[in-house]
Amino acid sequence: MIFYGTALLAGCLFIGMAIGQLIGSALGVDSDIGGVGIAMLLLIGTTTWLSRRGLWSPTHGTGVQYWGDVYIPIVVAMAASQNVRGALVGGGLAFAAGSASVVVAFATVALLIRRFGRHSVTQAGGELR
Amino acid sequence: MIAALAGLVDKYALVVAFALVGIVMLVSYQASRLFTRGRVHGSAIAIFLGLAAAVAVGLATGGRKGVADLPLFAGVGVMGGAMFRDLAIVATAYGVRIEDLRASGVQGMVSLALGLLVAFAAGIVVAWCFGVRDPVALTTLGAGAATYIVGPVTGAALGASSEMIALSIAAGLVKSILVMMATPALARFIGLDNPRAAMIFGGVMGTNSGVIAGLAATDPKLVPYGAMTATFYTGLGCLIGPSLIYFIVRALVGA
Repeated sequence: MIFYGTALLAGCLFIGMAIGQLIGSALGVDSDIGGVGIAMLLLIGTTTWLSRRGLWSPTHGTGVQYWGDVYIPIVVAMAASQNVRGALVGGGLAFAAGSASVVVAFATVALLIRRFGRHSVTQAGGELR
Repeated sequence: MIAALAGLVDKYALVVAFALVGIVMLVSYQASRLFTRGRVHGSAIAIFLGLAAAVAVGLATGGRKGVADLPLFAGVGVMGGAMFRDLAIVATAYGVRIEDLRASGVQGMVSLALGLLVAFAAGIVVAWCFGVRDPVALTTLGAGAATYIVGPVTGAALGASSEMIALSIAAGLVKSILVMMATPALARFIGLDNPRAAMIFGGVMGTNSGVIAGLAATDPKLVPYGAMTATFYTGLGCLIGPSLIYFIVRALVGA
């Protein structure tokens, strides 16, 4: 049944968020730590485990795939419901702080990718550990 | 008649949103094909249209939820809210290769640590240049330069003024939106074209919405990898902002 996939996805998301929330409160933070990432690992883990035991059919996968495919429209809806006006009129300090952070972050990404992240380099140079 | 239709839009808000966003997608993908011969990705055009619509409605209504401030588009806010977004993003991990994740674990953590430090540093230095000297305000603004969630969480924890908290949210929004727009344009130059690079990118940028939308507009296959690392950024930022970073700032400015 297609819905089994969706139900598994929903279960993984909720458990992942719950674990993230627990990690957060254990560390005294009012925010979840890595909930979505943990949910992703749970989803990868459970679907791999189920298919190794022959309990996962491609039909179930459709119920996950659908949500994976609609994320671009969902991201468009997210972009459309952001407080973009707030970002634009937040004043010079907010704009300068936000842009400075983006500039240094892109520079950092460029450096890190040059060091670690090139597919060809990592494969040829044998840096994969 | 009008009232009855308005009631229907209200009741079926999410359904209306699905249809409306579908039209935006159709227009964007056709525009990408016809006017740019596919050079500018359809998703990039759609995200840009979404942001533009959010500015227009925000200016007209003075609200904070973009197009969702208009009753007709209220469902867009639900569709683009945290619940559907997280469900869809986790679903993109289906089919991710475990080896790709395993090989990038350490680099992911290094990226997270470096990304948070440079974001805090950038925000704090800029705030200092603007004449801010109070360590609480400096830390809050630095946190805002990380993400628009780290800013208010840190500010609230440290007891910052509501103006500073609002500014930190604005700084985080500027970052998120700049990342959305700059990523597809810069991806080629920084080598952002494989899963490992996407994990580094997600860890350093950290702003969830910016990373997801930026990667979606660059190469949808990279989204799960960037989202995987970015998801730890906000939580870690909220952790070190009011503690480690605040202590460092306080020691530096000597208050």
